[in-house]
Amino acid sequence: MATTLARADYRTRLQTILPKLVLSPSLALILLFVYGFILFTIYLSFTDSRMLPSFGWVGFENYDKLFRLRHWSVAVSNLAIFSTLYISICIVIGLALAIFLDQKIRGEGVLRPIYLYPMALSFIVTGTAWKWLLDPGIGLENTMHLWGWDSFTFNWIKDRNNAIYTIVLAAVWQTSGFVMAMFLAGLRGIDNEMLKAAQIDGASNFQLYRRIIIPQLRPAFLSAFVILAHLSIKSYDLIIALTGGGPGRATEVPATFMYSYTFTRNQMGIGASSAVIMLMTIAAIMIPYLYAELREKD
Amino acid sequence: MAEIHLNKVCKSYGDVDVLFGIDWTIFDGEFVVIVGPSGCGKSTLLRTIAGLEKITQGEISIGNRVVNDLEPAERDIAMVFQNYALYPHMSVYDNMAYGLKIRGLEKDEIERRVNHAADTLEIRDYLDRSPRQLSGGQRQRVAMGRAIVREPSVFLFDEPLSNLDAKLRVQMRLEIKNLQQRLGITSVYVTHDQVEAMTLGHRLMVLNGGYVEQLGTPIELYEKPATEFVAGFIGSPSMNLLKAKISGDGTKAEFSDHNSLYLASALPSQANRQVTIGLRPEHLMVNKTSQANMSIKVNAVEHLGADTLAHGEFEGCDEIVTLRLHGIVMINQGDILPLEIDPDKVHIFDTETGKRLE
Amino acid sequence: MAVASVETSIRTGSMTRVFLYLVLILFSLFYLLPFVVMVLNSLKPLSEITGGNMMALPEVWTVEPWISAWATAQIGIEPTGLSPYFWNSIKMVVPAVAISTMLGALNGYVLTKWRFRGDTIFFGLMLFACFIPFQIVLIPMARVLGLTGLAGSTPGLVLVHVVYGLGFTTLYFRNYYMAFPTELVRAAQIDGAGFFNIFWRILLPSSGPIIVVSVIWQFTNIWNDFLFGASFADLDSQPMTVALNNLVSSSTGVKEYNVHFAGAIIAALPTLVVYIVAGRYFVRGLMAGSVKG
Repeated sequence: MATTLARADYRTRLQTILPKLVLSPSLALILLFVYGFILFTIYLSFTDSRMLPSFGWVGFENYDKLFRLRHWSVAVSNLAIFSTLYISICIVIGLALAIFLDQKIRGEGVLRPIYLYPMALSFIVTGTAWKWLLDPGIGLENTMHLWGWDSFTFNWIKDRNNAIYTIVLAAVWQTSGFVMAMFLAGLRGIDNEMLKAAQIDGASNFQLYRRIIIPQLRPAFLSAFVILAHLSIKSYDLIIALTGGGPGRATEVPATFMYSYTFTRNQMGIGASSAVIMLMTIAAIMIPYLYAELREKD
Repeated sequence: MAEIHLNKVCKSYGDVDVLFGIDWTIFDGEFVVIVGPSGCGKSTLLRTIAGLEKITQGEISIGNRVVNDLEPAERDIAMVFQNYALYPHMSVYDNMAYGLKIRGLEKDEIERRVNHAADTLEIRDYLDRSPRQLSGGQRQRVAMGRAIVREPSVFLFDEPLSNLDAKLRVQMRLEIKNLQQRLGITSVYVTHDQVEAMTLGHRLMVLNGGYVEQLGTPIELYEKPATEFVAGFIGSPSMNLLKAKISGDGTKAEFSDHNSLYLASALPSQANRQVTIGLRPEHLMVNKTSQANMSIKVNAVEHLGADTLAHGEFEGCDEIVTLRLHGIVMINQGDILPLEIDPDKVHIFDTETGKRLE
Repeated sequence: MAVASVETSIRTGSMTRVFLYLVLILFSLFYLLPFVVMVLNSLKPLSEITGGNMMALPEVWTVEPWISAWATAQIGIEPTGLSPYFWNSIKMVVPAVAISTMLGALNGYVLTKWRFRGDTIFFGLMLFACFIPFQIVLIPMARVLGLTGLAGSTPGLVLVHVVYGLGFTTLYFRNYYMAFPTELVRAAQIDGAGFFNIFWRILLPSSGPIIVVSVIWQFTNIWNDFLFGASFADLDSQPMTVALNNLVSSSTGVKEYNVHFAGAIIAALPTLVVYIVAGRYFVRGLMAGSVKG
């Protein structure tokens, strides 16, 4: 009796700790590599680190310098322009395509994958393709000239004032199909009975969408906004491949700023402080969203 | 074979208490049913016996062995689940054999037991099929087969029939009853359906809000419900529970100025107090000749063929009374029916505590 | 695709429909054009590109640019073509996908079937980790890889991708197992199955779709990653994306556009093939990573 009890005790205890044991490697990895690293970077942002981490405490000096840097304010305003346009254009195109596709379109099965495939590509590939399409010498402009439209000019990618819009163009190309898929899923989830009821009440198609359908897509709007916002803040690859941050600094954004200050200009303290600002921006968007999502599920 | 003892079993999830000190002894070979409305804690109680939930206080023993700290697999029990819980990717045979394989039984022995159980349940032909190819009733049998092959000392059933249609439910109910009788294995069965409970159980536990309302045989529960809750829960249509005042001499219960009834024995202790009177619809009789003290004005009639249900109100108070008359009885809306009842069949409950008064 | 096929009951007139089709087809051209043009021009000799029209079909069809991109083009300082980097990517992607998917499956299993106090906090921590800007971990990561001797190596990159993919794989499996009947787990417990037996014998056999989703998502993300590859890899471990960027942006010599295009297509091919073969699961992964699980 005593031994069976002891055995039972051992088995029970093993069964109760096993689940936690299984989670522990993941927990350790996340705590160290995500949250530990975040803390470390935050710490570095208050130090005089240059090429290598160093631990001389300088308080808010790095942040002070950062906000005075012309380079940084250019990056921030570029990001503001980029993300505003990117998010709103993606949502408009995505919603329009989704609504159009939802009208019992023949060939939907062919169109949908075409809209979505750019999402499977690397931003580096996208950047390569668009860099050349937009190149005035051999791309679209050249083609138009060859086709006889001599006055056509499209040289934004070489133009300091307009280069940022080419990034918007390529980014929209890559992700708007995905936004379309999100809205389409939302549309297909709407109760058809209700639409029929509204039709019987005499609502026109336009009224139907404006008053009944689009308001019900709120969750899809929210998700699309959150995903796009977070993608735009993280954008790095596309800019490297498309413009390399240029011409000059015309398409520099915080992500490229952080990289170049940290690894090529040896201003690690300032690089770290810019990363902290990026994290805080994303956290301000993501944490309320995730909190609401998790609460809803439990 | 085994007795089950529950000794002051308590269960709480964090700050929420679900079970409050359940005491019960289930005898060897007995078929008991735990019945109650949803959320009363009946499934939780079953799962604590199974070992799927650990109890917070008290003691559970199966066959004289305290099982508080034992894993479900070590408790010598088998369980049939509400949604059958058949492993979707395994054949019927493998579903039944899985537990035996884990236990390390010989292949021959496994085959013998599965085939034997399959014969008992008449599912031999389906052994190679996958669960999704089976009908609801067949799945139910496989789930029982999986329990039988284990040759456990206790069967646990968690609302096993609630997913079947009404006709199949009646049929399976009988089969479960016969099977249990034949195997003689101690069984605990959870349901919210009082008819199922009454037909299956040797004894019933009526659970409400985590407390035991009453323990007893189906007949005891019907004839002497211990509380107002049990009275309303057992029986269909449910018992009329009517507010009344006991007269000054304790001999009569008065519903209103014109409606009252005599009690089988006087209750002087309750004189002038408010009580709840329970009258089963099937015990109320229409008597046009006698000087009835009660009468209702009918406002709805339902013809069920075998029975006729009439619903009406006492004059002078708005309590609804239902009566069930045998056969087809022609009654019209607006009729005044004088009623009487055998005083021995009148139930009296304390309105405040809900307890039965004798 | 993952979206349900319940179509709207909205009716449209024929003029409207012509307009709808027109817009939809125009957009499909917009999405297709860059890639199609890239493919066409990768099959032209360089002279046709610099001197001709990009929209034109090749006058001389050639696979020379493809061979060059794969085997001989100058990448950085070595004329190796993209092939060694292709294998670098494979060596990095396969273990990283396998490990992160396995860990994600186990995490999802524990988080749904063996719940404990604080599991939601744990999951919240994992979930937020999916969305951090990786710039915030670059500096310490470089340090840690350097200190552990993993800097510039494929195992180092595998570690990085496992860590930062874990949140997504956990999310997928958690949401999937949420819908998996807990009763089956209880039944197996009564049958005497232990923690791992239940996982292997009961849950995994039913996890096919979500494993595919997780593998595709991880494969696509890791294959397409540029930031970590550019930051932590050296010549022996550089993935395809970094090599492609080096090829395209090398400033020496003549810009061989046709080779660049062939290289870009080679870099895109694995994920494109996955998308074409298993697009349904790809979309499902995208949605699960964004909208409610």
